[in-house]
Amino acid sequence: MDDLLADFLTETNEGLGALDAALVRLERAPEDMATLSEVFRIVHTIKGTCGFLGLTRMEGVAHAAENVLGRYRDGALRVTQSGISAILGAIDCIRGIVAALEGTGAEPAGDDSALIASLDAIASGEAAPAPAAPIAVAPAPVASPPAPTVPPVTVAPPPAALPPAAPPASAEPEPGGVNAPPQTIRVTVEVLEGLMMLVSELVLTRNQLLQLSRNGADSAFAVPLQRLSHITSDLQEGVMKTRMQPIGNAWAKLPRLVRDLGVELGKKIELEMRGAETELDRQVLELIKDPLTHMVRNSADHGLETPEQRIAAGKPEAGRIMLNASHEGGHIIIEIADDGRGLNAERIRQKVLAQGLATEAELATMPEREIQRFIFRAGFSTAAAVTAVSGRGVGMDVVKTNMERIGGTIEVRSKEGRGTAFIVKIPLTLAIVSTLIVEAGGERFAIPQIGVVELVRVGGEGAPQLERIKDSAVLRLRDRLLPLVNLSGLLHLDSPAKEESAFVVVTQVGPHVFGIIVDRVFDTEEIVVKPVAPILRHVTMFSGNTILGDGSVIMILDPNGIARATGVGAESGDGEAERDGKRQAVAHRSDQRTALLLFRAGDATPKAVPLGLIARLEDVERERIENAGGRPLVQYRGKLMPLVPLSGHWEQPLAPERQPVLVFSDGERTMGLMVDEILDVVEERLVIDGAGERPGFLGTTVIGGKVTEMLDTAWWLRQAGEDWFGHSAEHEAGGGRRILLVEDSAFFRNLVIPAIGAAGYDVTAVADAEEALRLREAGLSFDAIISDIAMPGMDGIALARALREAGAWRDLPLIALTGRSDPADIERGRAAGFTDYVAKFDRAALLESLRQCLSAPVVA
Amino acid sequence: MQTQTTTGPAPGLPARGGVHADAAEDIYLTLTVADQLCGVPVLAIRDVLGVQAITRIPLAPAEVAGSLNLRGRIVTAIDLRCRLGLPPRVEGHRGAMSVVVERDGELYSLLADQVGEVLPLPRGERAANPVTLDAVWRDVSNGVHRIGERLLIVIDVERILAIG
Repeated sequence: MDDLLADFLTETNEGLGALDAALVRLERAPEDMATLSEVFRIVHTIKGTCGFLGLTRMEGVAHAAENVLGRYRDGALRVTQSGISAILGAIDCIRGIVAALEGTGAEPAGDDSALIASLDAIASGEAAPAPAAPIAVAPAPVASPPAPTVPPVTVAPPPAALPPAAPPASAEPEPGGVNAPPQTIRVTVEVLEGLMMLVSELVLTRNQLLQLSRNGADSAFAVPLQRLSHITSDLQEGVMKTRMQPIGNAWAKLPRLVRDLGVELGKKIELEMRGAETELDRQVLELIKDPLTHMVRNSADHGLETPEQRIAAGKPEAGRIMLNASHEGGHIIIEIADDGRGLNAERIRQKVLAQGLATEAELATMPEREIQRFIFRAGFSTAAAVTAVSGRGVGMDVVKTNMERIGGTIEVRSKEGRGTAFIVKIPLTLAIVSTLIVEAGGERFAIPQIGVVELVRVGGEGAPQLERIKDSAVLRLRDRLLPLVNLSGLLHLDSPAKEESAFVVVTQVGPHVFGIIVDRVFDTEEIVVKPVAPILRHVTMFSGNTILGDGSVIMILDPNGIARATGVGAESGDGEAERDGKRQAVAHRSDQRTALLLFRAGDATPKAVPLGLIARLEDVERERIENAGGRPLVQYRGKLMPLVPLSGHWEQPLAPERQPVLVFSDGERTMGLMVDEILDVVEERLVIDGAGERPGFLGTTVIGGKVTEMLDTAWWLRQAGEDWFGHSAEHEAGGGRRILLVEDSAFFRNLVIPAIGAAGYDVTAVADAEEALRLREAGLSFDAIISDIAMPGMDGIALARALREAGAWRDLPLIALTGRSDPADIERGRAAGFTDYVAKFDRAALLESLRQCLSAPVVA
Repeated sequence: MQTQTTTGPAPGLPARGGVHADAAEDIYLTLTVADQLCGVPVLAIRDVLGVQAITRIPLAPAEVAGSLNLRGRIVTAIDLRCRLGLPPRVEGHRGAMSVVVERDGELYSLLADQVGEVLPLPRGERAANPVTLDAVWRDVSNGVHRIGERLLIVIDVERILAIG
């Protein structure tokens, strides 16, 4: 039977049940508007749906009944017994039809004209002659049942008096037809989730019991325990089944999507879906729905060529996108393939070089597969043009993150000119995970089996030996060199594993295979993943924790986290984690080199600040430093300049003869930062790791092989004077106007936001151009846009073009913020649609530019 | 195995006018952390456990001693000595007691050297934190009570759990 019809029948049966009760209630209390409305609503719904499904006979009856009810509701007609009887008659008629529908899937033939006529007569206000007879009969049956039980039987007489209408219908239902019909009940997801949780706990308890019985030789329990164990497993399976849904549900919208895309892109696309009946947990299904849609969209847009190109390439005119889902031992494999142009390795190479993700030499040694995996990097899109459909560089990185989040992996296989296939492997369910229990540094950990390829014992006799290349351990496994990670070292556990005799858990994350060195390997165990406490969320090495059979708590390792931490297959780049709000653990990258001033203050760790932020470097004689209200000051260029000691405290007697001071200046005001020693000026690419963040510092970076702390200038400026950024005049300048800042480097975002925010602008900052475009799509409005030029993925120039091309923001002032300032660059920027060009760090110029752009209506 | 005492009228208490809550009294469970007497509001406490097997959590903040299993729920253990900047327990100490509290649906165990008694203390007698109190302590303390010769620091559970 048609799904739609089945749903309708289930719903209608529910409605009919409610109707009987409600009608009887209504008859007793005709003034009860609430009941009347309810009855009207149900009948109306039934009528509406029948019309939709083309059930004309049912619709006619429901319509007539609804008319009468409508008159009642409007107060045009008083509720009478005869009226209610007639409506009940109509409902019986409907019930009869429903029963037939359940049996045969088609509306039974029959003539309802008499029933409809009597309803119409009531509706038109006549105490119709025909119904007059039933009135005499009706009272008895309707009044007799104290409660509205078994109405079909009690109300049977009136239809009998209202000649042939109902009888054929009520005669039709097959045995068991009325009460047995839908073999499904609707249960809220919450109930299922609750059940699932209970079963999870039961599994844990069962494991615990099994462990106990294994240790003790108490055989009396062994047999019942075995039974309990089986039943628990069956129960677990049963409950899991209730949550299972065919993957086809997630695909339902794809044919339409592909069709529309084809029209939009002028391509002919055939969509083939195999294995749609493959079932997986609904939670997983929900999580993969969007990534799948995205991949299909990608295939249609980038993967497939236009019909002309295809014909030229000797391929059939229509491109094919194929979805294939299948089970593979506790996992589900989904393949999204197209027979399009494939990934252009050359273009990826160029892009990798342009973004500085790898050097030419590195690329030369990389196998093609490795190079293809660059598409999973944040902001990496090789689409030459940004189309309305995709190609904004959002995408594969997000897909990959989403897959990893549920413990899945994604791989890409592509042959140039032949097509691309993405292979996704995800667990069937997130609730229960099969893991391998290992020990390292005296602690036990669980490793999800999904990533484990094999176990290798090393160091024993005749067993393979660990080898070292400088400090990194490697293992030669079947002529392949396997990079190794020592788990106890990675987790900073006290006793590093004696590598002479250890186990290597060969793990695969995507295409990357690496080994995790552990001291011992125990059993495998089915565990229920529980999230870690909020205060531990930043420890990315663990995906959760659980309670083992023996009652102890164990941490679950996240192979993706380990891979990331060790740099094995570290595509999981910057942007994606930041979107998760996990800022601190991620390195911020800006591809430009920045001149940095290195200095020392307080402790031995070198500190750095962008040279462009500093107005001057001064050496101030100790004697010139004065103390006012506990704060050091110096007369500087005819004004008093506050001095802030970077080490936190300053005492004149202890100060050196000549105090090095970094002078920051902003219009009228200046401020000096006292440091111990100025070390050097270097040009470095800024990669700031926010992990060790403390007040006054944005994080750390490595400069010249040394860990260096990056100064948070805005924070120090605030230390000097409460209102460093708070010129009242400037506040008016901004007037709360909304500015969008597009800047990939968190460092510069942190600089620019307070600077223009303090001038009274309302700043929204995004990390890439794609995000900016998303905001535009979302309908946000701004007064001006400030954008970086050099950004990974879509750069500022492309953003400007995209903005100027069309859309709500096409006439907004667009200010480029850049380190490159040679005339050719500026010309290029202007051609792309930038209104103005401002050097990074130049706060005054930026504010001035904003003021100008916003005061004159600018149209590019 | 776990030794468990449920809270409520704790056994063996000195008869300090009973343990009924007076409107002007707060009831505290006293703990000792490196000889410092602390008080945790009884209402915040879910369980008091004896010495537990605690699983260490690598890479966690230093204050996090690990996690333990409380009747099937995972409880994150906070070492009060470390949290309060006190020296670690000496070798051979018989282990810490767990005072289990709940925050945002998560259970946390505060590890103390000893768990003392349940004391009702008049609210009026609570003194504000001395201004000279160590910054960490000032942050986690809601005031000070004088108990005979000793001083009891009133622990603010919310603040104690604000780690990282």
